Amino acid sequence: MTDTLTKTVFGRLSLESLPFLHEPILLGTFIVVALLGLGLVGVVTKYKLWGYLWKEWFTSVDHKKIGIMYIILGIVMLLRGFSDALMMRAQQAIAFGDNPGYLPPHHYDQIFTAHGTIMIFFVAIPLVVGIVNFVMPLQIGARDVAFPFLNNLSFWLTVAGALLVMLSLFVGEFARTGWLSYAPLAGLQYSPDTGVDYYLWSLQIAGVGTTLSAINMVATVIKMRAPGMTMMKMPVFTWTALCSNVLAIAIFPALTAAFFLLLLDRYAGTHFFTNELGGAPMMYWNMVWIWGHPEVYVLVLPAFGIYSEITSTFTGKRLFGYSSMVYATVVITILSYLVWLHHFFTMGAGPTVNSFFGIATMVISIPTGAKIFNWLFTMYRGNIRFELPMMWVVAFMLTFTVGGMTGVLLAIPPADFVLHNSLFLVAHFHNVIIGGVVFALFAGMVYWFPKAFGFKLDDFWGKVAFWGWVIGYWVAWTPIYVVGLMGTTRRVNHFDDPSFQPYFVIAAIGAVIILVGILGFVMSILVGFLKRDQLKDTTGDPWEGRTLEWSTSSPPPAYNFAFTPVIHDLDAWYDMKSRGYARPTSGFRPIHMPKNTGAGVILSGLALVFGFAMIWYIWWLAALSFAGLFAVAVGHTFNFKRDYYIPAEEVAATEDKRTTLLAQGA
Amino acid sequence: MTDHALEPQAEPTWYLTEEEGHHDHGAAGPTILGFWIYLMSDALIFASLFAMFGVVASAYAGGPVPREIFDLKLVALNTGLLLASSITFGEAMPHMEAGRVGPVRFWLALTGLLGAGFVGIELYEFAHLIAENAGPDRSAFLSAFFTLVGTHGAHVTIGLVWIVTMLIQLGQHGLNAATRRRLICLSMFWHFLDIIWIGVFTFVYLYGVIR
Amino acid sequence: MVVMNPTGDIAVQQRNLILFSTGVMLLIIVPVMALTIWFAWKYRRSNPNKTYDPNFDHSTTLELIIWTCPLLIIIALSAVTWTSTHLLDPFRPLERIAPGKPVPVGTKPLEVQAVGMDWKWLFIYPELGIATVNELALPVDQPVHFSITSTDQFNTFYAPTLAGMIYAMPTMKSELHAVLNKAGDSWGYSGNYTGRGYSDMRFKLRGVDKAEFDAWVAGVKAGGNLDTAAYLELAKPSEKVPVMRFSTVAPGLFDRIVNQCAEPGKPCMVDVMRGDMMRGAKPGHARPAEGQPPGQPQAQPTDKHHPGMSALTPIRTPGAPRAAQA
Repeated sequence: MTDTLTKTVFGRLSLESLPFLHEPILLGTFIVVALLGLGLVGVVTKYKLWGYLWKEWFTSVDHKKIGIMYIILGIVMLLRGFSDALMMRAQQAIAFGDNPGYLPPHHYDQIFTAHGTIMIFFVAIPLVVGIVNFVMPLQIGARDVAFPFLNNLSFWLTVAGALLVMLSLFVGEFARTGWLSYAPLAGLQYSPDTGVDYYLWSLQIAGVGTTLSAINMVATVIKMRAPGMTMMKMPVFTWTALCSNVLAIAIFPALTAAFFLLLLDRYAGTHFFTNELGGAPMMYWNMVWIWGHPEVYVLVLPAFGIYSEITSTFTGKRLFGYSSMVYATVVITILSYLVWLHHFFTMGAGPTVNSFFGIATMVISIPTGAKIFNWLFTMYRGNIRFELPMMWVVAFMLTFTVGGMTGVLLAIPPADFVLHNSLFLVAHFHNVIIGGVVFALFAGMVYWFPKAFGFKLDDFWGKVAFWGWVIGYWVAWTPIYVVGLMGTTRRVNHFDDPSFQPYFVIAAIGAVIILVGILGFVMSILVGFLKRDQLKDTTGDPWEGRTLEWSTSSPPPAYNFAFTPVIHDLDAWYDMKSRGYARPTSGFRPIHMPKNTGAGVILSGLALVFGFAMIWYIWWLAALSFAGLFAVAVGHTFNFKRDYYIPAEEVAATEDKRTTLLAQGA
Repeated sequence: MTDHALEPQAEPTWYLTEEEGHHDHGAAGPTILGFWIYLMSDALIFASLFAMFGVVASAYAGGPVPREIFDLKLVALNTGLLLASSITFGEAMPHMEAGRVGPVRFWLALTGLLGAGFVGIELYEFAHLIAENAGPDRSAFLSAFFTLVGTHGAHVTIGLVWIVTMLIQLGQHGLNAATRRRLICLSMFWHFLDIIWIGVFTFVYLYGVIR
Repeated sequence: MVVMNPTGDIAVQQRNLILFSTGVMLLIIVPVMALTIWFAWKYRRSNPNKTYDPNFDHSTTLELIIWTCPLLIIIALSAVTWTSTHLLDPFRPLERIAPGKPVPVGTKPLEVQAVGMDWKWLFIYPELGIATVNELALPVDQPVHFSITSTDQFNTFYAPTLAGMIYAMPTMKSELHAVLNKAGDSWGYSGNYTGRGYSDMRFKLRGVDKAEFDAWVAGVKAGGNLDTAAYLELAKPSEKVPVMRFSTVAPGLFDRIVNQCAEPGKPCMVDVMRGDMMRGAKPGHARPAEGQPPGQPQAQPTDKHHPGMSALTPIRTPGAPRAAQA
């Protein structure tokens, strides 16, 4: 009787589900996280920041603040994902022969699953979305995105997903199925515990956020550009943001559907991806890779945009071959949809099909190669200032080309037959994702940081971050390429062959060097903050920028532009500067802006509760939170007062302050 | 690049001194476009479900086959209800353009009733199948059938909630920019579901029975 | 580096392909990297001896080169891809044992059936009537034809010295043709993660000469029996499984594994699917299943557990996913 009652109230949740009670490593982690969390709450409470955070940030619909919050989420999750990486490297460096290492498969398998999941969904995506969110509306001369409330909701849904993943550390377990949770392994029969459910619900909730955000960004680029900015006068970063988000809209439905069907298999007893009663597990592989391969381009296209902006700024030149850059981006967007099968050439899909997908994959390297040449010839006859962002660009060009080469290699089916699922493959995708995406994210964060906060990052620690990452990358991943060529497969917990060990030890050292890079970046923010008066940017244009975001103050006012700018040329701000643009100082009018709202936080909170209840089979709570979601969503539509006017006096005051500041600087 | 040549002497206009139309109003605003993009992504979810259905369409696993379980007469009635609801929604829109809130509410309510009928019949069909041991756990074919048809049905249900919401909001506020915009979106949504249903009816029911 | 120094002719050709395409790509990668460093150095701000041309943003000649160079390389690689993918298709019977050494006329490849299980590899030699676990012995210079499946997970059969990997998937049968050219021991793996015991799911690949192989077979003949009961015991999940040898194998075991009916009383997929096909079609309109050409004999010698089961190709060979993916 009490047993059924407990089951009804708590589902399958019990004291047993709290593994940190009996696992020392987890207990330590839990204590650290709990202390940090309590400390943070304490500080916020002591300085009475709750009201400020709630009013100015959590409920904000300002694209700049949402962008910054996305980036904070990405950095926090990077620390989590990277500690997973360190644990894996340590395990593989010691687990040889009789030494089983310190992580049993049960734990190790969760770690590599969490590492991949977190790094893609909760690090790379939030950082890319965050930078697009912050920069793109400024670049097109808009005051906000097309759907400001939706933007806030998208962010909080992503947070809800991230929180669910973090929760799995201490309540229950995470999946032990690899970052894409392939069926049939991820089916209920082979993974009966909560791990895969955590995985599916967190990604499903975050995925809704990502899809909504992508729709928002596309509508923004298409509808909200300043007058005069034709498609071919858009900054390259805006172009890549557009293509990336169009692609995201095209692919996320496939992932959503695949996860939805797997959820039904796990919850409703259907037979989509089971081995029994006609299920077709291979269909899951197809669907996740129809999402999965283009997803790489969703991430890397904005990265290419970041490199383009930086190269052009720091060489003091227009981007070489703007239109071929744009066409290359569009071609990559389309082609990336036609290559997913190269992730399983070895399933035996016949030589003609394999050749088709192999060649389609290689063809992508043509526009990508053209892009590399474009950056190269932008540097040619330039006047290159080797500030930090530009250093990242050069490091990227040298690193990424190697990753591109191994990528083309893997696209040749018979070569893939020996390299697939080996550590060579793992080294390849880290090569392109670190060398392509991560370097760009750091470059972009350094580049746009003064725009967001009004002061530059500390240069010394920024260089520590740079060298830590670049040297660390090569030390960590070159040996992994080599062990891949020694026939080592991925996701292996321990090895018998001692000849691999030196390589894994070197790789672990490389990971530590990357750690120095990561800590260096955190330090560059802290030290930059402490030295913010020295590093202050009063001009709004600290790098001699060329695009519209540099015409605003640093940080920009809530309304971005007191008057909507009119665009005449590519590199609009450079055009304005070189043709005697005078900043308006009078005649301000009230500005129409959207109001902040807490609905996004509330909806995401309910989604989080719903996900948690579903994972633990607490049906009453699931039903309640689902009903709550529906009620709040519908209730929100009854709020018709969603906007207000910033009075002209306030605009004038803000702009006058900037006038004074500029005069002091001059 | 070219504008330098076009306006060599004249001081270029660098900014607008007059506010242009606000971004979130009217059909020219981004909402209709955004909603359209959302519908496209939803269409891709349905495309994925159709693809899944296609792959397992004859994986009966020894269980019932379409001819044994589909009652085409019932489905025809169902289809008729949904198509009729599209027509009644179509009747509502010109009244919205003309600003006549009463007829809009009438046709919208009628649309809702027809939609509710559709959902009711679908639920009856599902209950009947499950009672006959032809539930979604019987075979991959039935899993895909229930999921595809059920996902469409869930969309229609959401559409019904939306219709009720609109009826209330039209009562409160009449026809203003916001309610008009919402009605346009709802109408797109409703017709979109109609199109999906034509696919379901053709590929799932008709093709299942006649092949 | 095994992948770079394999002992099987297929793996050697795959290695050569890797080296060749890397070489072709280096033709463009090395100049790009060199130019990057050179331009970065030459056009640095502190260098007074440089041309600074802020308006140099277009050159039709350069653009042409930029797009043509990668294009040419990719055309070359595409040609190589097309031919090599067809030549090295795992399903294609071998034409040569080694460079310049064609397969002698009338050679029948050695049949080996490989089954990925949780977490071990089962190898059945149907012609010899023997089976082993986690040990695969192959006579050198003897073409081998593998039929590959799995009990429940997606594994890949991966013997880097022998040939590239191929997925072992439940309810499907993959194939691989390969040959080993040198005697010696090496390791084979599953390349696709399948859960707890995956890391230890390895098998010893033993390349032996003909005489040694016969001696090995004779040794295996001294082992136990792999009847249905023994198989079902083996099929239970187990880790770090030592080498096991079986002198006899239940007839049709591999086909029953593919059809998910090794367990007595469980209907075989091929039968279920044929039944579905008959009932799904209108009476009198029964058609042969996809992947099974009409006219192919349907019922074949049966085994005692499953009368009526086709011992021939299961309906769902990778031909079916081929159609689904195309």
